[in-house]
Amino acid sequence: MSATGIGAPVRRKEDQRFITGKGQYTDDINRPGQAYAVFVRSPHAHASIKKIDTSAAMKSPGCLAVFTGEDIARDKVGNLFCGWMITSKDGSPMKAGTHPVLAQGKVRYVGDHVALVVADTLAQAKDAAEAVSVSYDVLPAVADVATAQNAGQAQVQADAPNNTVYQWHLGDKAATEAAFANARHVTKIDLVNNRLIPNAIEPRAAIAEYDSGQGSFTLHTTSQNPHVIRLALAAFIGIAPEHKLRVIAPDVGGGFGSKIFLYAEETACIWACKKVGRPIKWTAERSESFLADAHGRDHATTAELALDGDGKILALRAKTKANLGAYLSTFASSVPTYLYAPLLSGQYAIPAIYCEVDGVYTNTAPVDAYRGAGRPEATFVVERLVEVAARQTGQDPAEFRRKNFITSFPHATPVIMTYDAGDYGACLNKALELADHKGLAARKAESAKRGMKRGIGFSAYIEACGIAPSQAVGSLGAGVGLWESAEVRVNPTGSVEVLTGSHSHGQGHETTFAQLVSQRLGISIDQVTIVHGDTDKVQFGMGTYGSRSGAVGMSAIYYAIDKVIVKAKKVAGFVLEVPEPTVDFKDGIFSSTATNKTLTFPEVALQAYIAHKFTGAQLEPGLKEGAFFDPTNFTFPSGVHICEVEIDPETGATRIDRWTAVDDFGTLVNPMIVEGQVHGGVAQGVGQALLEGAVYDKNGQLVTASFMDYTMPRAGDLPSLKVAMTSTPCPSNPLGIKGCGEAGAIAAPAAVVNAITDALGHEDIAMPATPLAVWRAAQKSPARVAAE
Amino acid sequence: MHAFEYHRPQSVADAARLLAANKEAKLLAGGHTLLPTMKLRLAAPKAIVDLSRVAELKGIDKKGNALVIGAMATHAEVADSSVVRSAIPGLAAVAGVIGDPHVRNRGTIGGSVANNDPAADYPAALLALGATIATNKREIKADDFFKGLFATALQDGEIITRISLPLPTKFGYAKFPNPASRYALVGVAVAQTGGQARVAVTGAGQNGVFRHTRAEAALANSWSAQVLNGLATDANLMIGDIHADAAYRAHLVGVMARRAVAAAG
Repeated sequence: MSATGIGAPVRRKEDQRFITGKGQYTDDINRPGQAYAVFVRSPHAHASIKKIDTSAAMKSPGCLAVFTGEDIARDKVGNLFCGWMITSKDGSPMKAGTHPVLAQGKVRYVGDHVALVVADTLAQAKDAAEAVSVSYDVLPAVADVATAQNAGQAQVQADAPNNTVYQWHLGDKAATEAAFANARHVTKIDLVNNRLIPNAIEPRAAIAEYDSGQGSFTLHTTSQNPHVIRLALAAFIGIAPEHKLRVIAPDVGGGFGSKIFLYAEETACIWACKKVGRPIKWTAERSESFLADAHGRDHATTAELALDGDGKILALRAKTKANLGAYLSTFASSVPTYLYAPLLSGQYAIPAIYCEVDGVYTNTAPVDAYRGAGRPEATFVVERLVEVAARQTGQDPAEFRRKNFITSFPHATPVIMTYDAGDYGACLNKALELADHKGLAARKAESAKRGMKRGIGFSAYIEACGIAPSQAVGSLGAGVGLWESAEVRVNPTGSVEVLTGSHSHGQGHETTFAQLVSQRLGISIDQVTIVHGDTDKVQFGMGTYGSRSGAVGMSAIYYAIDKVIVKAKKVAGFVLEVPEPTVDFKDGIFSSTATNKTLTFPEVALQAYIAHKFTGAQLEPGLKEGAFFDPTNFTFPSGVHICEVEIDPETGATRIDRWTAVDDFGTLVNPMIVEGQVHGGVAQGVGQALLEGAVYDKNGQLVTASFMDYTMPRAGDLPSLKVAMTSTPCPSNPLGIKGCGEAGAIAAPAAVVNAITDALGHEDIAMPATPLAVWRAAQKSPARVAAE
Repeated sequence: MHAFEYHRPQSVADAARLLAANKEAKLLAGGHTLLPTMKLRLAAPKAIVDLSRVAELKGIDKKGNALVIGAMATHAEVADSSVVRSAIPGLAAVAGVIGDPHVRNRGTIGGSVANNDPAADYPAALLALGATIATNKREIKADDFFKGLFATALQDGEIITRISLPLPTKFGYAKFPNPASRYALVGVAVAQTGGQARVAVTGAGQNGVFRHTRAEAALANSWSAQVLNGLATDANLMIGDIHADAAYRAHLVGVMARRAVAAAG
């Protein structure tokens, strides 16, 4: 391992600029002549728009333009779209509805986009927006996923009867029913996977501009995948062909999925900038983020587990209603289907699985991928079921899991996936030891002496990451391929620029990707620059989400470096005057058995560009190579998290006393960054379990529309985490990387709820387990809940 | 935020003159309620009178048998003040659990008291301690000052100058924070001053901060947490919201009252 190569816990190169305030986020950028955009949003969850009067707004000082849905329609601006087709079990395509950039006669959630106001200054744009007069006919609204399909509910999208987007299923229904019929014990639970609001620290923002000289558009925007945004704006919205569109996602302050999607705001701005003739900047306020960023989760599930008399799992079935909001966001349809049900085997050998999912429209903000996207929901189902089944059948929860672990690989589950590598028992053993499981009884007794209730909860999660391969996701309905691209440009002095289609918005790619180059080319990471987030620089890329940048993005770089080394060896052969096949390259040095002379990597780079030692007929000058990488399988990170809580039954306050995480991410590029990803993921998962929950009232008003009511996790909500690793390298990419970005958020909720229910002695509590919820649950005795 | 006139007087008298001249002016102390409200365009005062340069509103002193705190003393100053810590240590603790460090460095005792947020911490402390709120026009007993949700006895043009707190023999405060906002979901202050027991509750009552007379009677009899076991609080008078329903708040009043007594020693 070189000092800055793979496996080195080097400090993040990008932190100097972030910590000293030198980052360049979209809102830090200002363009000459820039005007400001403010959106007029619906105050109603569901209403017909009777009339929009913009005359007073247009007279407001500084106002340049007011656009409504009529203007969008007149210009034939394309609708927003959902890029993953889901087919219902009856063979019908999902009811995709229409998702206009600005409302066309109807608004469908609080925060829906009614008009775009552009003015010289932000204050003037706000004043003008206040002067836009909209008269509505308010309609009944539906917000609750559990009842939205009932007869008589408000109809959200005209073409989706009973608010049903699709009725999808996966697995073998007959085999599953047969297994349940023969079961010795069946565990059945109802679960709510609470709705979350992403709250990236940087709100979404956009600057749209049109160059009338070139006839081209440039959009600076807060995106996790600028090329996908460009493709969508060209192919679906019809703004301009791709070569006349440049999308730049500069420094981005957190995404967690919410910045994958193409939203109305940047789409409206890029269309409007040409009409206004000036660059237009829009930056969301936090209250807009609450209302109109795509939310996450929001499932209601009934799940069952069938056991035989020896405590072996026979089958699992689940029926889920997934709230998709008022419109289908870019990848909304895939999250509760193909990112969810294929993970319902967990780490366990389960012979039969059957899952039904109804996608449901409601008068709420669109719901789409949020850190983990479907896999946290699956893990919560599996790990709650397994925990409750162990308790009901009098088995130790850890040993029950061990008894049912998959132990040989590859393992084909009944729900699409073929797990390639893992050692689940090794993770469990290490976690039990680090968590001092043996000391639990004494700790419980000590807590009880102080009137406290202590509980322990396990979560043995698995996820499918490195979202790819293209052919597989295409067969499941994805509208795009999910490979990644890279280009490695070696400069004449031997420094290297890597252009990647991945996008860093907190992950530390400028460091970890440089570590790969450092390892392979034997140069310091200081000699490497990672270029990303600009469609005029990077040819194409699919972006960063689904823990894919290490497994897929870095693999593309790996293969581009392979090609650089092949070419560099040819150059070295000419310079060393030896046959090329005798040239060896190791630790940054070119050598040959045919000579005692050697060359460093920078020396060969210079020779490649001065081209004095070979003719043009012999070799092309220069040193620059590219690669596209499409893996042959998903990756399967896994692990065991153990949470220990102490509950104050007087107040319902839950304190997490201990957290142990043992994860198998395969190869670690930078263990420090990986540990940071685990910390952040656990914090978000604990947030879901204890604190966060988006609440809409029955009229579809968002009650938790600010940090006054929506509880984000704080440092004090977490103990010092014990994080450790095991490793079984991933066989489907050259580096053995599995991905680590989502694991904590996937593992944590079940671990927390399993710990709380252990402390309470019954299973009757839903997330978020707020003090109120825990206090109420603590009023119920275990026996009373069992009787109910 | 809408446009407004900005004034920064150097004295209470100048501030009062500005208030008198601008009927729609608002006083700015720490700004932690007013400024967010203005940014959201829910408030649009024509003029702001910033009290931050009025030196006579600063300062914390012990005067005779009372602690006197200038209206513009920040929460952080009260929390860290050696005068407060020796005179009424529990009051320094109250200031130390308001909001977060940013809030404590800007927010002021005068601003908090004048705003009388029903979930603020100071009103409970002042009511339990039997404080006197001094303005540029008069002195008002805490019992007469807090008039319900965001309502006080302050009249137009009246500026709080200082808070005077008779030294108690015992004082304690226990707060169960709202998980999101960190305001008090329920906060209970208990004080024993001149042989009298006073208990004030914030965060819980539909009509803002209130004295819990049943708890006071129990503590007058015997100053101990145990006498508050089973303390009855009428849930019909409690606030209910997504964070805490009325029954939970009524229950927490008892728990926090016992913990406040324990904290008072």
